[in-house]
Amino acid sequence: MTYPSTTGPAPVLALRDVSKSFGAVRALRDVSLELFPGEVHALAGENGAGKSTLIKTLAGVHRPDAGQVLLDGAPVAFHGPGDARDAGIAVIYQEPTLFPDLSIAENIFMGRQPRRALGRIDHRATHEATLALMQRLGVELDPDRPARGLSIADQQIVEIAKALSFDARVLIMDEPTAALTGSEVARLFGVVRTLREQGAAVLFISHRLEEIFQICQQVTTLRDGAWIASEPLDGMTEDDLVRRMVGRDLDELYPKQDVQPGEIALSVRRLTREGVFTDVSFDVRRGEIVGLAGLVGAGRTEVARAVFGIDRWDAGEVTVGGKALTNGAPSTAMASGLALVPEDRRAQGLVMDMSIERNIGLTGLRTTVKAGFMDRGAERSRSLDWAVKLQVKYARIADTVNTLSGGNQQKVVLAKWLATGPKVLIVDEPTRGIDVGTKAEVHRLLSELAADGVAVLMISSDLPEILGMADRVLVMHEGRLTAEIPRSEATEETVMAAATGRAAA
Amino acid sequence: MADFSLSRAVRWDTVVGALLIVVLLLSFGTVDGFGNALNLSFLIGNTLPIALIALPMTLLVVSGEIDLSVASTAGLSGAVMGALWNQGMTIETIIPICLLLGVVCGLINGLLVTRLGLPSLAVTIGTLAAYRGIAQIVLGSDAVTDFPTQYLDFAAGRIGDTFIPYAFLPFLVLLAIAVVTLHATPFGRSIFATGASEEAARFAGIRVKRQKLILFTMTGLMASLTGIFWALHYASARYDNATGLELSVVAAVLLGGIDFDGGKGTLGGAIAGVFLLGALQNVMSLQDVSAQSQIVVTGVLLVLSVLGPRVARQISVARAGRRAAQTLR
Ligand SMILES: Nc1ncnc2c1ncn2[C@@H]1O[C@H](COP(=O)(O)OP(=O)(O)OP(=O)(O)O)[C@@H](O)[C@H]1O
Ligand SMILES: [Mg+2]
Repeated sequence: MTYPSTTGPAPVLALRDVSKSFGAVRALRDVSLELFPGEVHALAGENGAGKSTLIKTLAGVHRPDAGQVLLDGAPVAFHGPGDARDAGIAVIYQEPTLFPDLSIAENIFMGRQPRRALGRIDHRATHEATLALMQRLGVELDPDRPARGLSIADQQIVEIAKALSFDARVLIMDEPTAALTGSEVARLFGVVRTLREQGAAVLFISHRLEEIFQICQQVTTLRDGAWIASEPLDGMTEDDLVRRMVGRDLDELYPKQDVQPGEIALSVRRLTREGVFTDVSFDVRRGEIVGLAGLVGAGRTEVARAVFGIDRWDAGEVTVGGKALTNGAPSTAMASGLALVPEDRRAQGLVMDMSIERNIGLTGLRTTVKAGFMDRGAERSRSLDWAVKLQVKYARIADTVNTLSGGNQQKVVLAKWLATGPKVLIVDEPTRGIDVGTKAEVHRLLSELAADGVAVLMISSDLPEILGMADRVLVMHEGRLTAEIPRSEATEETVMAAATGRAAA
Repeated sequence: MADFSLSRAVRWDTVVGALLIVVLLLSFGTVDGFGNALNLSFLIGNTLPIALIALPMTLLVVSGEIDLSVASTAGLSGAVMGALWNQGMTIETIIPICLLLGVVCGLINGLLVTRLGLPSLAVTIGTLAAYRGIAQIVLGSDAVTDFPTQYLDFAAGRIGDTFIPYAFLPFLVLLAIAVVTLHATPFGRSIFATGASEEAARFAGIRVKRQKLILFTMTGLMASLTGIFWALHYASARYDNATGLELSVVAAVLLGGIDFDGGKGTLGGAIAGVFLLGALQNVMSLQDVSAQSQIVVTGVLLVLSVLGPRVARQISVARAGRRAAQTLR
């Protein structure tokens, strides 16, 4: 290690004047950044600002077009993620990258399992080591269960465990909290603090500004790929940070309009899916935004899936606009005016290898049709319209969605469903991974939709979002609806009490 | 890893199309006996069975499934045709019955895959054996050859002195239907979406199971049509007609750039692949290349066709990178 003369410890990892382009998109322009041991450094910026690209450059996934990566003050050229990992840099990507068919333990120790004689894999030792990691994280996950079917929150935990298992000096986390609930975030932050005290350098990305202020000491802001500032967070306010990110003052984050609710649009009666949720009944009226709160695993997503027809229900009834839906048939649900923006945009919301145009077009296979053939002109203008309305940042509408930043992918999912002109819109974690500016935008959109008479059911783990946007809050706990709280009485305390099963409301 | 958006990607189906033209031109110039109309009509006629099945197979593979029982369905259809002909039925009644049989074969495959959730590779390897077995039971080791001459002439003949077999015309119609279906209808869109991500397709309200059932059924229908054509074209209905044809179809489709992971490829590419393979086989036969060597050449081509799209992509990525570097400077 090299220590420069006076200014304290050297940055363990740094970028100097780094640029990176993808075709015509300049994702990073002369960006510099220094990470110090014992410090949690925030990286802030809007969707598409270049945060993930910066991280991938640090991690050896991308080679910079210009500029340098410095490790302990010396320039290095990583030839792949393996090099960076060997240098003690662990990265948790925005999108979990687990192998679905391998067990949790195998995913964590992939390619470096403890061995027994004759090179056989020592499953016991792998199992134990995984348990130890889980304990350190304070979670209970069976090391031997396959990664397939894990919730996003759990997948994220496995990724973190994997990073920890490398004894990394630098821990880089791209939106690790996006899919976590309050208590899971607190647990993660506990781990991060421990690592920091042990001298690790941490780079942290989140669109939840309060988290940045909670856990970070330093912040670097990017805007459209350009470096804006690197400064201590001490003495800054959230508004200061937002101004750095978007270059202007922000509109209101929860622009909720008061709407007189109309007739019942969605009615769910005694819906049961055995072992998953039981006896769930509720109505959503036209013009209403109903929040569905609860802890991860309470069954909210599962109810939404069943209502839309992805999963079959065992008992109960769902009606949209007075018409009963067929069990297990998303196409008829769609035809009756139901739309579901699913939780996992990469697996469920989008066909990642398809273009933006075609992805939005997928919900229009019945409408952008002329005499049985695709009406390409209509398809394109429909997709363009909605991509523009939601301010998706893209180079060409024919680009595949996997070239978009995470937040912009989410906007494409929203665009795809709003384009159907739904009567009932179910959104599952609609602003996960979306920057503050866009978040306000999405909220304004939901509010306008409601004002136009759409019935909105909003599942969210972001409590302020629920409290800010919902006319009524439904709370689920262990597969049952445990409370219905009107806007006037909904507070963090009342909702959390019902979500944790502490109070019967 | 880093995935680049390609502005001017080298498309593999274009490469195969160009390759086909090059092979044809070279053969015209250098191979004795290649360019005459009769040989060309043989080339096309012998390739037609592969081409006919490649049409639905392409759609099926794009949707993420495969059907290896096609040659057995064709064989069964031919065998039933022969057996019924021996019974004294008219060919005009036999053909619809055989086509219906193909529909049933395809439906069975489709139901096993969609209702029981079995992988199509396993299901159709099973029915590959089963359908062929039934064919043998139906016809034994007989060869039926005495079909009415006007049908035989249609299946084996060509238009005047041209290189175009009569049967090529209906094929062109079917090709047009398949191209339009895959590339210009909502159904085609949903096939691509399903192949690329079945889950996302389901979340978009696409009726994935129904779609697959339709595709398997169409494949069965086309396979039995091919079986009828085969028996008439070679004037011989035997239980082992078209044995191994599924491999040629799969190989040709693969060569044409249809990705076996699903969700990618064009029918144009697949058909170019079919005729490229057919042309090469024709040339090799004219040059008296032994059957074994022909198989080796086909195998090498297949390996190339798997590597080809990758190399093409890498070239494009390198190009995109260089362009980016230049704009930076
Ligand atoms: N592989 C790629 N090919 C083409 N363009 C890309 C690629 N990766 C990123 N981009 C583009 O680079 C820009 C920066 O993307 P990046 O993913 O770094 O944003 P981000 O700051 O992480 O955004 P978010 O908060 O939404 O995750 C975007 O315009 C994006 O479309
Ligand atoms: Mg990102």
